[in-house]
Formats: sequence, C-alpha cells, structure tokens
Amino acid sequence: MAKGTMKYIGKGLEEKKEKKAHAKVYLIKDRCKGCNFCIEFCPKQVLVESKEFNIKGYYLPKLVEIPGEKECVGCGYCSFICPEFAIFAELKDEEEH
Amino acid sequence: MNRDIRDIEDRCMYMAESHPLDEYLRQDRLPHIWCTGCGCGEILTAYIESIIELKIDPDKVAVVSGIGCIGRAAGYLKFDSFHTTHGRPIPFATGLKVANPKLDVTVISGDGDLFAIGGNHIIHAARRNIEMLIICSNNFTYGMTGGQFSPTTPVDAFTTTTPYGNCEKPFNLPDLMAAAGATYVARWTSLHVRRLKDSIKEALMRKGLRFIEVLTPCPTGFGKRNKLGSAIDTAKYYQDHMVIKHDADTREVGLEDPRADFIVGKFVDIEKETYLEAKERIRSREVKK
Ligand SMILES: Cc1ncc(C[n+]2csc(CCOP(=O)(O)OP(=O)(O)O)c2C)c(N)n1
Ligand code: SF4
Repeated sequence: MAKGTMKYIGKGLEEKKEKKAHAKVYLIKDRCKGCNFCIEFCPKQVLVESKEFNIKGYYLPKLVEIPGEKECVGCGYCSFICPEFAIFAELKDEEEH
Repeated sequence: MNRDIRDIEDRCMYMAESHPLDEYLRQDRLPHIWCTGCGCGEILTAYIESIIELKIDPDKVAVVSGIGCIGRAAGYLKFDSFHTTHGRPIPFATGLKVANPKLDVTVISGDGDLFAIGGNHIIHAARRNIEMLIICSNNFTYGMTGGQFSPTTPVDAFTTTTPYGNCEKPFNLPDLMAAAGATYVARWTSLHVRRLKDSIKEALMRKGLRFIEVLTPCPTGFGKRNKLGSAIDTAKYYQDHMVIKHDADTREVGLEDPRADFIVGKFVDIEKETYLEAKERIRSREVKK
C-alpha cells in the first residue's frame, strides 16, 4: 500500500480529466464514530448513511454510485476529513498505469 | 440488515483492517478518546501527511503536547513524543531543540494549555525565536474538563464557568504571536485539511518559531452550550463564513463575534535570526577572541 492518502488523491484528480477515474472506498468499520463528515462533505456526494451499525452502535456510511453520473473519483477527501482514520479511497488497480 | 451489509459490499465499499496512515499511529492507543465530530483527528491527519510528503525522517521528528483533549495527540503519533504537564509543552520543546538541534520539534496543544496556563512560555518562546512549530487547536473552550471558558472564548459565549455569558475579551492569537515575534503565523480550520496540510508543510520548511492556529469544533464542550448544533453544523459554518486573506493585518483577524465571517490564511512569513543561530554567532565570536 502506498504511504499516505495524498498519493491516491493526486492521481485521482489528474486522471479524472482524460478518462473517468474509478476508485475503491475502504471502511474500517469499528473505528467509525458516526460523525457523518464523509457523507456531508464528499464532493461527489456518493456516500449515504446506511442502516448497518458497528460494534459501538454508530450507523456506517455506504457508497451509492450511479454509473456515469455519480461515481467516486478517488479524490480522497473522505480520508482527509475523517477524524477517526476509518475511511479512505484508493484508485482501482486497472486504472493505475 | 443483511441486505445493507451486502449493499455495502456490492457497491464496492470495501472493508479494511488498516488505514494507510496507521504506521504513523500508535495502534494500541486507538480508537482515540475524541468525541464524534471533534476536529482533533484532522489535525493529526494533516500533520502526518505533511511529514510524509516532505519525506522527513520519522526518527528526527519530536512531538510535544500539553494537557487537554488535543494534548492526547502526542500519545497517538508514532514519533518520539512527550505528553507534558499542563501548560508546559513549550519549555519541554525548547529544551529538546536546544539540546538536540537536529530534531524537528512540533508542539501540538490547545488554546487553554498554550495561552492560559502556558501563556507566558509561548510569548517568550516567540520572543527568543526558538526553532519549533506550534499547532494550536482552538476550540474556544477547555474541552477536556467539561467546557469552561478559555482565553479565546468569545464575549457573550456560554460555558460552564460563564453561565450568563462571557464578559472577558478573547485573545487574537495570530496578532499575539506576530507581536511576540513569531516568524510564521497562519490560521486554518479543521475542515480545510488540505490547506492546513500545505500550511504545515510550508511551516516545517521554515526556521524560527512558527505558529498555526486551527479552529476546531468542540460539539460536546462548546457547541452544545452555544447552540452551534452538531460538528457538521460548525464545519458548514466554517465553509460559509471563512474568508481567505493571505497577508491580512493580524490586528484585523480577531474572532470576537462567533457568528460573523472570519479570516483565515497565512498572515506572517518572515526570516529572522533564530535563538540557535544567535547563540552560534556569539559563540564563534567569543572563540575568535
Ligand atoms: C496544573 C493543572 N491545572 C488544571 C488542570 C485541568 N485541566 C486539564 S485539561 C485543561 C484545559 C485544556 O484546554 P485546552 O488546552 O483548550 O484543550 P482542549 O481540551 O480544549 O482540547 C485543564 C484546565 C490540569 N490538568 N493541570
Ligand atoms: S470535549 Fe470537545 S475538544 Fe474534547 S474530544 Fe470532545 S469535542 Fe473534542
């Protein structure tokens, strides 16, 4: 895994211009404290609150993408704004060349 | 509920065990104690990212903090770090830097720790121009002890020790630090993590005493009593009311009114002989005699 979250972010924004960058969003479930920052401030608005909760009882975010319209571009803002080190985005392998 | 779990997986929300920044955090201490929506976590992210991007050798990094919620920062970071007694991170950091000038010394602490009980230390460190970076999490209150007023609490604000409203004027931290002699002074918020990271990076590359104020929501201690809503509401307030004004006159950046627009940016960035440089200059002059 590359060090730091900025790596993915830089790439994500460059690639966005030519072809759509696709990213995977990762969640470390039991770290989440349900502040909803990722949901609220995702620039692409692809995260919503789910009905699933973690060990502490906090409702988790989930990814809702509409292909071609609303997709994660791997900008990584969620990992920056998450105070819990619980969520991060990584570009999908096939896009990484 | 099962459907939702599948939902998460189907929509490529992958479950992970570790975070890319984990190797810079003391795993045995996580999850941290900070409340839901507290801005302290973002300060850690911005600081770690700065160290990574600048490729600073982690063994040369020393982080010192005092007592308070943000004071826990030193304990969560996997660098050489020390959690001092209340108000004393600056003298401790001064000693570190003077004894081992190769270290990159950073103080991460709160408004109460740095400017109330530690107020005298910080102004004298700035006067001496000791080479260190100070990141101050300003949440306008003493979060850890239950939300008492601090030297940055705005006039009229409600806290546990000002139940009818605060009648004391708050410090304008950037102005205080600029006047005391800091060579780099900036202010950001915990919502603007990228700009904060860039600012920390810039400050890490400078010499002298550098000061960055980070406005952070404290929904538990301050937000609740002042009807500021959740941490998201405070963050949205930051989004809507912040005005970026680099090189603004620090006399004009005070935060007297918590409901007005506020100025963020880099206010001071100057070069000045540091304490260690002055010491070396005088030493070599004496040697020549
Ligand atoms: C000598 C001493 N006096 C008082 C205290 C109680 N105390 C603990 S934290 C704190 C205030 C911290 O406020 P701040 O620096 O703003 O940090 P925050 O908790 O808001 O992040 C106080 C007064 C103490 N621990 N030690
Ligand atoms: S009391 Fe305030 S400063 Fe302390 S962890 Fe909670 S929100 Fe953060």
